[in-house]
Amino acid sequence: MQTLLNISIDGVAYGMVLFIIAVGMSVTLGLMRFVNLSHGAFAMIGGYCAALLTREAQWSFWLALPVALLVTAAFAVLLESSVLRHLYKRSELEQVLFTIGLAFFLIATTNALAGPQVQLILLPPLLAGSVDLGFRTLPAQRLFVIGAGLIVAALATWTVAQTRFGIWLRAAVDNADTASTLGIPIRTVQCASFAAGAALAALGGVLGAELMPLEPYYALKYLVLVLVVVAVGGMGSILGSLVAALALGTVETASKYLASEWGNLFFFVAMALLLAWRPQGLLKR
Amino acid sequence: MNLSARSWFGFLLLAIGLISTSLSASAQTIKVGIVGPFSGPFAHYGTLFKNGVEAYVASQGGKLAGKDIEFIYRDTGGPNPGLTKTLVQELIVKDKVDYLGGFVFTPNAFAVAPLIQQSQTPTVIFNAATSAITDKSEFFIRTSYTLWQVTVPLAQWAAKQNLKKVVTTVTDYGPGIDAETAFKSEFSKQGGTVVESIRMPIATTDFAPFVQRIKASGAQAVYTFLPGGPPNLGFVKAYNENGLAKAGIQFLGTAETDEFDLQKFGDAAIGLTTAFHYSAAHDSPANKKFIEALKKRDPNAVANYASVGAWDGMYVIHKMIEATGGQRDGLKALVSARSLQWESPRGPVRIDAKTRHIVQNVYLRKVEKLGGLLVNKEVQSFGPQIDYGLDK
Repeated sequence: MQTLLNISIDGVAYGMVLFIIAVGMSVTLGLMRFVNLSHGAFAMIGGYCAALLTREAQWSFWLALPVALLVTAAFAVLLESSVLRHLYKRSELEQVLFTIGLAFFLIATTNALAGPQVQLILLPPLLAGSVDLGFRTLPAQRLFVIGAGLIVAALATWTVAQTRFGIWLRAAVDNADTASTLGIPIRTVQCASFAAGAALAALGGVLGAELMPLEPYYALKYLVLVLVVVAVGGMGSILGSLVAALALGTVETASKYLASEWGNLFFFVAMALLLAWRPQGLLKR
Repeated sequence: MNLSARSWFGFLLLAIGLISTSLSASAQTIKVGIVGPFSGPFAHYGTLFKNGVEAYVASQGGKLAGKDIEFIYRDTGGPNPGLTKTLVQELIVKDKVDYLGGFVFTPNAFAVAPLIQQSQTPTVIFNAATSAITDKSEFFIRTSYTLWQVTVPLAQWAAKQNLKKVVTTVTDYGPGIDAETAFKSEFSKQGGTVVESIRMPIATTDFAPFVQRIKASGAQAVYTFLPGGPPNLGFVKAYNENGLAKAGIQFLGTAETDEFDLQKFGDAAIGLTTAFHYSAAHDSPANKKFIEALKKRDPNAVANYASVGAWDGMYVIHKMIEATGGQRDGLKALVSARSLQWESPRGPVRIDAKTRHIVQNVYLRKVEKLGGLLVNKEVQSFGPQIDYGLDK
């Protein structure tokens, strides 16, 4: 019973971290149909910003977090409007090749600028401690991630489904030419969506850093996890990504409690089964 | 490779050996090949090696035994036995190196054993820590450590502290299994019980479930082994945040509080107990000289087990050059290395004549904050330790 409770608590906490680092990818790959394998690099830029601001400049975490997101979004706007926009109409293979190259470039730059060591984000006192749940303790940071994950999921789903911007975005992706003749500013929509995806990646980089510490190879190390979550959740379905992340996180955690000698086997078996059952995504029939 | 190809290759090496012996008799430059990761996720090891060996040569006035030293660096990336074998073959055949040094990963070291055996090239292992390496060729000498060497005294100490029940948690790969076996066998010999042995998958990022299992096992202490870098940080964080430290479950480790990442742990690291052969905080003139030489080369250089392994490795090569007068004579060089005894930055050390592994003091350390920086403060010396993994 205790073990079951532990599995569900740690599973949800881990699943939320997976969701937070994957949600940005869900926007760019899922909604914009742009295969952005440099997603992890954007997360890394956000994380490094937060780490440098809190550690070197002694900023408060609560101030460093939005600034890190803005810096990453600004960098994404720059990159999107100068280079990446030319890739939207190219084949998927070309997108993959370019963005993986970009990821390597950013890894090398990070290594040269900040060194190969692990970077730590200083947490505010509120998040640094643990919360006593009565029968066990849970890091306060993990509770914050769970809350942030739920808010992001709700906000992103609402934006895409209910707002004018969401309608424009879906129209621009489905048929850019028609959308353009209807007066939708598709360049602005594309650029803003990409920037939003990058900012979400940065959020994942900052909040996920407790489990996935920042170092230059961060950009590629966790890419597989992110791709698995987005693929199982279904392209463009943010709620699907959330459900997939929670399910996979719980499976992984259960295997750590009950059968750790099997390594990551169950995580990938679960992925294969879920994909076989619902190839279009968990919430799509 | 079939038999005739093998013997041809041997003949080739022999011929080259003879030619280069006659050449190096006149040349005054000693070539040392340094093999390690200089790119990719493990590139910092390459930097540590480079700083260590070059700082050593600089500290000797730029020459060893009156000879110029030329370093040839070769990049293996990660664990890659095939590539390493090719690179070392090139170093021996084409560059005609007199000595080899480096090696971070055990499989890479294993791969070159037949090559150095045939060419009689003395090879100093700066890092790779699996006991069996020095068995594979008599031309291997090791200046690092093995997991058995540091774990056995730690298990003995734990038993003396009246710890009866310990849980082991290791990362599920070669060295982790080594560490688990070493701790289990010695601790039960001393009358203690290992209540549970947890093996964590190598790709683990969330350590919370394992930490909960440690808590549930009812053990008084946890012996752990993790590969360096991010997993260390993740485990220590989980250990603290899930209240293990508060519950009085003692942390017993080895390389986990390595100087390379130590400052990143923050105050969470204070009080962690480890048994290891080198601390940058070791208080001795030899260590001061080592750290000064490193900082002179590069103000950001880190003094840790890898750079001290390279520094002492160069000392061994230095003494072999002295003993052979700069001539290429692998066997003679080796005879001299087998009886070496000196004051290393880590304390008094010697090379064991039989195993060619370094015999050194192992220290019990606790992480403390000194002048705003975290250090591994040595609180007790267990005295000279051999490699228990080889001497079974």
